[in-house]
Amino acid sequence: MKNILTVLELLPLFGVIALWLTPKENTKLIKQTAVAASLLTLVESFIAVWNFDIKFKGFQLVESYNWISAFHIKYAVGVDAISLTLILLTTILVPIVFIAGWHESEDGRFSPKTFYVLMLVLETMMIGVFAATDVFLFYVIFEAMLIPVYFLIAGYGRGERAAAALKFLLYSLFGGLLMLSAVIGIYIISTNQGVGTFDVNELSKLTIDQSTQNWLFLGFFIAFAIKAPLWPFHTWLPGAAKSATAGTSTLLLGILDKVGTYGMIRFCLTLFPGATKTFAPWIITLAVISILYGAILAIGQKDINSMIAFTSISHFGFITLGIFALTSQGISGATFYMINHGFSTAALFLTAGWIVKRRGSSQIADLGGLQRVVPVLAWSFFIAGLSALALPGLSSFVSEFLVLIGSFSQYPVATIFATTGIVLAALYVLLVVQRALHGEVKSGNESMVDLNLREKLAIAPVIALLVFLGFYPKPVLHPLNVATSTVMSQIGVTDPIAKADK
Amino acid sequence: MLSAPHLNYALLAPILIILGAALLGVLVEAFISKALRSRLQIGISLIAVIAAFIQLIRVRNLTSTSAAVGSVAIDGAGIYIQLIILALAFVGLLYIADTDNFTAQASAIPGSTEEASSIAAGSQQTEVFPLTLFAIAGMMLFPIATDLITLFVALEVLSLPLYLMSGLSRRRRLLSQEAALKYFLLGAFSSAFFLFGAAFLYGYSGSLSLNGIADGVHSSGANSVFLLIGIIFLSVGLLFKVGAVPFHSWTPDVYQGAPTPITGFMAACTKAAAFGAMLRIFYVGFNDVQWDWKPIISAIAVITMVFGAIAAIVQRDVKRTLAFSSITHAGFILIAVVALSKNGLAAALFYFISYGFATLGAFGIVTLVRDSSGEITDLNRWSGLGKRSPLVASAFSLFMLSFGGIPLTAGFIGKFSVFTASYESGNINLVVFGVLTSAVALFFYLKIVLMIFFGESRSDTLTVVIPSILTRVAISICVIVTILLGVYPSLIFNSLQTFATFLH
Repeated sequence: MKNILTVLELLPLFGVIALWLTPKENTKLIKQTAVAASLLTLVESFIAVWNFDIKFKGFQLVESYNWISAFHIKYAVGVDAISLTLILLTTILVPIVFIAGWHESEDGRFSPKTFYVLMLVLETMMIGVFAATDVFLFYVIFEAMLIPVYFLIAGYGRGERAAAALKFLLYSLFGGLLMLSAVIGIYIISTNQGVGTFDVNELSKLTIDQSTQNWLFLGFFIAFAIKAPLWPFHTWLPGAAKSATAGTSTLLLGILDKVGTYGMIRFCLTLFPGATKTFAPWIITLAVISILYGAILAIGQKDINSMIAFTSISHFGFITLGIFALTSQGISGATFYMINHGFSTAALFLTAGWIVKRRGSSQIADLGGLQRVVPVLAWSFFIAGLSALALPGLSSFVSEFLVLIGSFSQYPVATIFATTGIVLAALYVLLVVQRALHGEVKSGNESMVDLNLREKLAIAPVIALLVFLGFYPKPVLHPLNVATSTVMSQIGVTDPIAKADK
Repeated sequence: MLSAPHLNYALLAPILIILGAALLGVLVEAFISKALRSRLQIGISLIAVIAAFIQLIRVRNLTSTSAAVGSVAIDGAGIYIQLIILALAFVGLLYIADTDNFTAQASAIPGSTEEASSIAAGSQQTEVFPLTLFAIAGMMLFPIATDLITLFVALEVLSLPLYLMSGLSRRRRLLSQEAALKYFLLGAFSSAFFLFGAAFLYGYSGSLSLNGIADGVHSSGANSVFLLIGIIFLSVGLLFKVGAVPFHSWTPDVYQGAPTPITGFMAACTKAAAFGAMLRIFYVGFNDVQWDWKPIISAIAVITMVFGAIAAIVQRDVKRTLAFSSITHAGFILIAVVALSKNGLAAALFYFISYGFATLGAFGIVTLVRDSSGEITDLNRWSGLGKRSPLVASAFSLFMLSFGGIPLTAGFIGKFSVFTASYESGNINLVVFGVLTSAVALFFYLKIVLMIFFGESRSDTLTVVIPSILTRVAISICVIVTILLGVYPSLIFNSLQTFATFLH
């Protein structure tokens, strides 16, 4: 079967066309169509996995067509294990978000139909951004996908949604513009060296002098750091997460922000290895600050969604730490972390979303005693929380452990600081669990209803994956290790060998 | 004994067709009854533009510097710019065809009984069509003219009708007349600068043709101060026409006062024509003294971009906002001028298209949003438009996103190609300024989108009129071009690779 990835990108768009043909009033049919389209995409992504050769180094399932030949721009896609797992994360989470947030689309400023159109367009773009192997193509999708997210937050969110959406958009676009100048810069360098290409493999073979590398690296890195979000570029995130619907937040933090950390590996590391080594200590510092800052602020949050957003800042700190430690454990830990964080954030946002929807308030103080009223919901939230604090037995533990091992050999002091993040994580999770789930049943909570079958069906696979990958991470971790070793050899670094002296 | 000059009529035909149609239009005004005039004029104008377009396509591969005794150069870039101008003018004419925007009798004093009676009689000022055609002819001549006299004549032929057309608004006539007068006075002033510069250049090089001036740079023994004075004054005349800071002050007032269809036409076509001429003058005439003028034009490009973007943020009026946005875009095109390379030229030509169609589209939508006293240009009253009329609001947002340079719109490719050309020529500073300005500009473009879709609806009297078929076609063309060239710009760039050259 040819063009697997292109078909994968197009399937959600076919869903959009199908939605366009369904009558606006028939909300149920619209939802069913959207779910069907996303499930079809999921099946296609399994086909992609089936055709993927784990041992092969480099991009697979590649396709390449001329797009704008005047600038040597190609529509070029291909995947390695890192991008394929992220694509899989996308195709799994989108139907779950649809099923979990069945009524999310109904009280927005626009029609439910528009909601699913935006969501499916977003899915196409998310798959495309991970599959792109042409830097220009990547950039175009990286920027264009902000538009559907903007309308999803501003059109269907709560509270100060318009302002939050605008802030998110302006921050991201600003980073994107910096990246654009770096993208143009590296293209001009390739032209001057006689290649003239945007192909990421070709670009990684260029020789670029150190000071130019530094500037171009920063152009890419700042864009990714805003996206990821790393302290001090994070300020757009809490507002956006607080205002967006649970489903949008899930996709925003679970997948879209991964484009930032994914971009760091794919572009910062492989295109500018020299600059990566120069800036690594500084970035490690920012990462550790993010870990601690996010965790400490998470403890103090009153709003449950902002709390989850701050925990994510902390987790993105861990991912960045793992990447820039430049060891194979660090990078493969970070890539695995991206997947786990995707699922655990999804579980947190979706369960929190149900709680907020039922209670009509997102203040942690308004909750209390949920364990007694809605046991299944409370348990789900509890497990999601445990996964956020990286409890052994859940998959996030594996990745966090790998990141810490990987970075300890290079940056012991930073790693020790980062490790305190784990303690803080236990604190912010357990405090919320205590306040929201246990204790007296606060007034207003008595009549809450527990999860229905649809919601159980939505959350079950996420929890199952968190547990399964916690006990048996090999199916995901092994391919990631192969991809990581390719990245390591591209940067030209090797793992530090343990010193033999006693 | 004088011999008749040899003219290559096939190559000059596109301009002659337009001029002929304009003259025909004047005759129609004189001899045809009132009832028929308007339709006839629309038909003549549209057919003339299409015919000229087809003729240009037919002769696209013939190049010549001697088509009109050496005073025009028909070359790839010249033909391309003419095609762009005609395409933009076609859309502009579709708006102008909605004569409801124009005063019943321009000579009547605003508010007088004469005005009232001419409105009651259903009079129409259909002279706007021949005037438009004259302006188009001037615009087509301007970018292919290769000597300073022809340039000046073309400049006046394109400007004079525009001065008149700016004063023809049906509503808020005093504002419109003020705009016309302001445009005329400042325009006359800038023409004088242009002539003054031309005189100095002649004095320096002993030649009026661009090639002669370029040769003069090497061979003339004259003091090069004359050359510099000439370049600077000539540039002032051109920069005025494109609305670059600090010669921009007419732009917001004229854009606001002129009838909206005219504003759209003027903003899109004049910019293409004036930049076309500017590109030729700098690329052909002043190429060898580039180190003298590049710093000045670069500085003007930066000031223009930054000033336009910052001033646009505080505007309340949609037409003034678009005026400042057009100033910002003039700055971006100036970056392409300074790039001084084939890619720079190609980027500029692409930018004319992406900017031109988005501008025409945006002004077209402005004509639709009205209350009983005419167009609503107060941006605050546009708040919540998305709820009332999602389609119109989406189209307007698309044009804003294209102006802002969001990927998958033509505006992004325009910006990308300009930045790439500039980077390639080593002007990295300009790219950095361009990128930062884009961020500022994005702020006000997005603010408008935000307000349209998410603002509370404040104005009960606001209505979105059902557009006429012609206006609908025009806006659809703009939407299609903006998306199509954003997704597949090779449609234009493949041909630009062969066409983006000037004959020396």
